[in-house]
Amino acid sequence: MTRKAWMPALAATAVLSLAACSSGTDSDGSGSASSDTDVVRHSLDPFPSTYAARESGTTLIRGGTVLDGIGGEIENGDVLIENGRISAVGTGLEAPEGATVIDATGRYVTPGVVDIHSHLGAYPSPSVSAHSDGNEATQPVTAEVWVEHSVWPQDPGFEAALAGGVTTLHILPGSANLFGGRGVTLRNVSARTVQEMKFPDAPYTLKMACGENPSRVYGNRGQSPATDMGNMAGYRAAWIRASDYRDSWHEYWEAAENGEDATAPTRDLELETLMGVLDGEILIQMHCYRADQMAQVMDLSEEFGYQVTTFHHAVEAYKIPDLLAENGACAAVWADWGGFKMEAYDAIRENLALTHANGACAMIHSDSDMGIQRLNQEVAKALGDGRRAGLEISDGEAWAWLSSNPAQALGIADQTGSLQAGLRADVVLWSGNPYSTYTRADQVWIDGALSFDRRDEDQQPVRDFMLGQPGEGEQ
Amino acid sequence: MMKAILPALALALASTAPSLAQTYAVTNGRVVTNTDQGVIADGTVLVRDGSIVAVGTDVTIPDGTEVIDADGGWITPGLFAPFTQIGLIEVALEGSTTDAGANDSPYSVALDVTDGYNPAGTHIASTRMGGVTRAAIYPSTGHNIFAGQGGLVNTSGSANSVFESGSFVYADLSQSGASTAGGSRPAAWAYLDAAFNDARGYPGRFSADHEGDALNRFDAQALLPVVRGRVPLVLNIDRAADLRRAIRFQAENAPVQIMIEGGAEAWLVADELAAAGIPVLLDPLRNLPASFDEIAATLDGAQRLHAAGVTVAYTTLTSDGYYNARLITQHAGNAVANGVAWDQAFRSITLTPAEIYGMGDRYGALATGYAGDVVVWDGDPLEVMSSPTAVLIDGEITEMDSRQTRLLNRYINITDETPFAYRR
Repeated sequence: MTRKAWMPALAATAVLSLAACSSGTDSDGSGSASSDTDVVRHSLDPFPSTYAARESGTTLIRGGTVLDGIGGEIENGDVLIENGRISAVGTGLEAPEGATVIDATGRYVTPGVVDIHSHLGAYPSPSVSAHSDGNEATQPVTAEVWVEHSVWPQDPGFEAALAGGVTTLHILPGSANLFGGRGVTLRNVSARTVQEMKFPDAPYTLKMACGENPSRVYGNRGQSPATDMGNMAGYRAAWIRASDYRDSWHEYWEAAENGEDATAPTRDLELETLMGVLDGEILIQMHCYRADQMAQVMDLSEEFGYQVTTFHHAVEAYKIPDLLAENGACAAVWADWGGFKMEAYDAIRENLALTHANGACAMIHSDSDMGIQRLNQEVAKALGDGRRAGLEISDGEAWAWLSSNPAQALGIADQTGSLQAGLRADVVLWSGNPYSTYTRADQVWIDGALSFDRRDEDQQPVRDFMLGQPGEGEQ
Repeated sequence: MMKAILPALALALASTAPSLAQTYAVTNGRVVTNTDQGVIADGTVLVRDGSIVAVGTDVTIPDGTEVIDADGGWITPGLFAPFTQIGLIEVALEGSTTDAGANDSPYSVALDVTDGYNPAGTHIASTRMGGVTRAAIYPSTGHNIFAGQGGLVNTSGSANSVFESGSFVYADLSQSGASTAGGSRPAAWAYLDAAFNDARGYPGRFSADHEGDALNRFDAQALLPVVRGRVPLVLNIDRAADLRRAIRFQAENAPVQIMIEGGAEAWLVADELAAAGIPVLLDPLRNLPASFDEIAATLDGAQRLHAAGVTVAYTTLTSDGYYNARLITQHAGNAVANGVAWDQAFRSITLTPAEIYGMGDRYGALATGYAGDVVVWDGDPLEVMSSPTAVLIDGEITEMDSRQTRLLNRYINITDETPFAYRR
């Protein structure tokens, strides 16, 4: 049983040709259907990205140690940025006419950090009651909610993460629900609207959750799920409805395209998202801690014909690297958090390194507005612990844990997460070895535009919330 | 293929080791003394009968001494975590495994947190293996702004781990304390004033009645050492205005000794805190406006407080304090990354906490007469990739073995034919 590990980075726009509201069936007011054919298709992208990269100069970062994010390390290496893209990585590169040349001697150059698990914007600072926007904990299945509708672009946490080299981040709903809703992948740029932050053409994701959180939240209310078995029953019941919904749409589309007189099914936002998963367009990002729970969920996905892209937290991934590899599921983990509930009790500090060394796809994640500011240090801890356990992992290999592996698991590895010609120029220049506690990001480029400079206050974004406050402009 | 990390016999050996009279020489490392001796590039620390008896470059090693070779690494005093809940919580979300707070108790100040310390808690070993040999433990606040009394413990896991009780009284005067007290900061300060009056009036005002204005007889008695300035009052406060109020409270209630835990905005009142001699227990990583009490939190806070002459010890507030207290090294290292001198940062997790709790002549330094709390590191202890290779507490070598390392050893070789549960 080998499954395809990754969904292709689906260009959402390619499947968006939409259409018609033949007989007024599109009555839910999405406004996205058009009438150039007689077949009803609802927009897959009703809140499209309006991200526009800032002006990129031509920049040659010269003479640093380059960790390319896909395992490579180049001593005395150069990275050339042109037109917002990486145009060359190597040694002895010539500076094009008019290029800004930055001397990186003694410093490190890496791809920008990609955090696959953040709640910034949905649980923003300050964490007052009005800002608790991450869990629609009113019923256990809320696949119909989209976390982008909760993201407050003025969260000061975004700029703190930027100072830590984070250029791309994936915002998830919380884990109160079996199906928590859609996640959204963002560029870490300052913006007035979340649409301006949305990573163009990044696939949608769906948050699911295992274990104690859903059963605690609903069990305490005397509702289902109150147990692990209730969780599984809840997933299965939803997937059965989703399969039926998907069948009804596929039958309708086939009939309508054949010119038959067909009525479109009634639109259901919850089932539409689940259908997107079954159609391979939406990636499952699932909160699970224990090995046995992950194994159950992988059988569940087999039962209904979908793929779990990433298990999040996965503190027991080290117990089942073989199962994860066989199923093509990744593990996104902390370096050393655990113990706070029973399903996190078996956390070990070698989880990331050991899961990786035993052949599964593994990566770091923050799930924290603090941790996201230092994911390089989290990787360093995991790497150090792994090496002390006798695992041989290079510095270059480990950088994939916070760049290309999460990019892969978000379906955007052809856009960011590594320093390769043609990719977006998301680049961090570190003051030294980024596995040192004493190192900080000196400069951060997003799509080739200098977006953070530790030595230049004019290149340090300040969110609206902080204006006029005593901490304005403080890092 | 991959070898098990720990010698299987470690436990048996330790259990038969004599409890006293063992002499250890920790050699061949860079010795950070935290004294006028400074850093010794290649030195030796000699430990006998639980205490340090010599530190230097030409230490004579007596016959029969067990030599611990630092192999060119670092030799430091044991870390002193200044504000933790180690040994009080096994699994935070399982109330049956926690003794941190007592929401339903009729008592407050009188609660002695060391009564709940469990030296067998599984996080003790992992904390010790991170180089933390001493810790202050504190109770959580519940229905009252007074949480109770904190104490001091070592991380040996032994039956006599608690080495001081009643070391401080902890109270919440932040926004959450205001809420507990009835809904506003004035309510919290009025309650504190009333409680002090009750303690001052103890026992006379309780001759007819068990209840005072704020405290009952038992709690008033427990607050008396605080009122008399013999035991510090640790206040959880972040907002600058509240810090100024605390400074005024100390001035109006001499000889009371205030300490601040939290202190997100302390840098804004650094000079006043320094002048008042009020120490701050600070997590140097707190930099987000996580609440309206900590709008001015910044990574530069630690450096600014040190520069103003405030006594600062570092906590791990944002990493938790019972499971990952060992991360004080990472927190201190980041203080260095943000402008604090290395020596200053290292003292903030060793000698300074010991001094704050009145133990600076016994813990937190490598010098003759100090407790034999010595940690050997494979590199700079503030580097996230470094780790201890040996930890001595009270002159005894401790096990580098925890529930986590046992799990690692069980699962490190996934293809082993032995069923998992039989691998020990």
